[in-house]
Amino acid sequence: MSISDERPAILFHGVWKSFVRPAGQMLIRDRLKQMLRPHAQEVFHALREVSFSIHPGESMAVIGHNGAGKSTLLNLTTKLCRPDRGSIEVNGRVAALLELGAGFHPDLTGAENLRINAALMGFSRRNIREKFAEIVAFSELEDFIDEPLRTYSTGMMMRLAFSVAVSVDPDILIIDEVLGVGDMSFQAKCLERIMQFRNAGKTMLCVSHSNETLMGLCDQAMWLDHGRLMECGPINHVVEAYKNSVSQQTMYSAG
Amino acid sequence: MWQGDYLYLIENLILKDFRIRYRNMSLGMLWSLVNPLIMMGVLTFVFTKVFDKNPIPHFPVFVLCGMIPFNFFSVAWISGTTSIVDNAGLVKRVPVPREIVPITTVLANCVHLLVQISLLLTLVFYFYGSNRQWFWLPVVWGLEVVFVSGLALLSSAINVYIRDTRYIVESANTVLFWMVPIVYDSAIVPQKYRDFYEINPLAALVLTLRRILLQAQGPDGPTHTLWKFAGVSFTVFAAGLLFFHLMKPRFYEHI
Repeated sequence: MSISDERPAILFHGVWKSFVRPAGQMLIRDRLKQMLRPHAQEVFHALREVSFSIHPGESMAVIGHNGAGKSTLLNLTTKLCRPDRGSIEVNGRVAALLELGAGFHPDLTGAENLRINAALMGFSRRNIREKFAEIVAFSELEDFIDEPLRTYSTGMMMRLAFSVAVSVDPDILIIDEVLGVGDMSFQAKCLERIMQFRNAGKTMLCVSHSNETLMGLCDQAMWLDHGRLMECGPINHVVEAYKNSVSQQTMYSAG
Repeated sequence: MWQGDYLYLIENLILKDFRIRYRNMSLGMLWSLVNPLIMMGVLTFVFTKVFDKNPIPHFPVFVLCGMIPFNFFSVAWISGTTSIVDNAGLVKRVPVPREIVPITTVLANCVHLLVQISLLLTLVFYFYGSNRQWFWLPVVWGLEVVFVSGLALLSSAINVYIRDTRYIVESANTVLFWMVPIVYDSAIVPQKYRDFYEINPLAALVLTLRRILLQAQGPDGPTHTLWKFAGVSFTVFAAGLLFFHLMKPRFYEHI
């Protein structure tokens, strides 16, 4: 799919997203309680009125403290959930490195897990046939690929997952805190692969707690605080503003 | 929107289920046969030796004819019901169309079913011989798969919101085992209860199979059970798809 330059790759317009607590594990009695006392629920606003646009070829970092809404923002972009209010437009094929290892099962071999994971990420039978060797080579797991996954170390498992993820050819790449994969040399290889994406003019959206990593990868950044978009612009500027606010907060809490 | 190869994904997910189930079993596929054979033995003992006035010829084959479609129905429905919650890792991380999860779970159980069908056909062939109506068997079993898939879509969506759904489904299956003519002939059901058997799709399924396999008669019979079963199956499937479609946008928040 080709993207015209006028259309943004990702566009958020006045997006709100909230979660109701307690959610999840509901039995019949919980539902009945809820019906009898509808206001006893606590609403947690993960995103409040967030608007921004990312143009094709831009790379945007998302920074903020834990629970600021970064992951919610990424999950909305991949359409895993829907906003309460506002609209989201995504143009182009999205690959998310937050899907690392989705569907992995310890009793299956590395190769079997690779195929399932790749099929989940949208690979066709032909894609896999063409890219299988390449993916295995990238993961450096040739000798272990037919062993069950439970014999793998965590690092090996993440290497396999990462190798599948980066072999997708997306227009938009979403990266969530996955750059700490494997040993130093493998990390360097991952970064290099991501830089290739960037240089090829792909759009990127990255979350990491390492500002250094982000500053190496992205030109733009947005800063989220309790679901509000505080700043959005050149990364140096935004990181500076974020750092100032963090140091101020620590000063207040210390004083 | 998830763009990918549906068939390849479904194939991979079925293979995954199959491999996980059989890899750690020394007897492999034989386990699919052991369970129905034991049940067949026990039921035959009770209904021909304990209640020893049973006029049904070749009772073991008669029982198996009802038990195999029922067991598939029961296991596929229950595992389909919990499939979305069981696969939370997938549902929360990969934007694949959610319908794939319960449907694949039902289809994975078909592997079991095929093994058991070959056992059934072998026994029927030995005692009754084959007949031309056997060509209807794929249609009948196909309808059963459609029927269970529809139910699984319905109940898996409800189970996300109300977790005790699975226990309700399990109880329903226990009741159904006796309410479907598996261990007795529907001819002995008193007239005043006949209406219930007429509207029970599973009873229609078992009667149709017996008519084909044991009586060498066409599948449709005087009461048009096959047509009714086909109507019910496709209606349930359509209702299941629609309901699932309405419920799925908020799965993410409730898992």
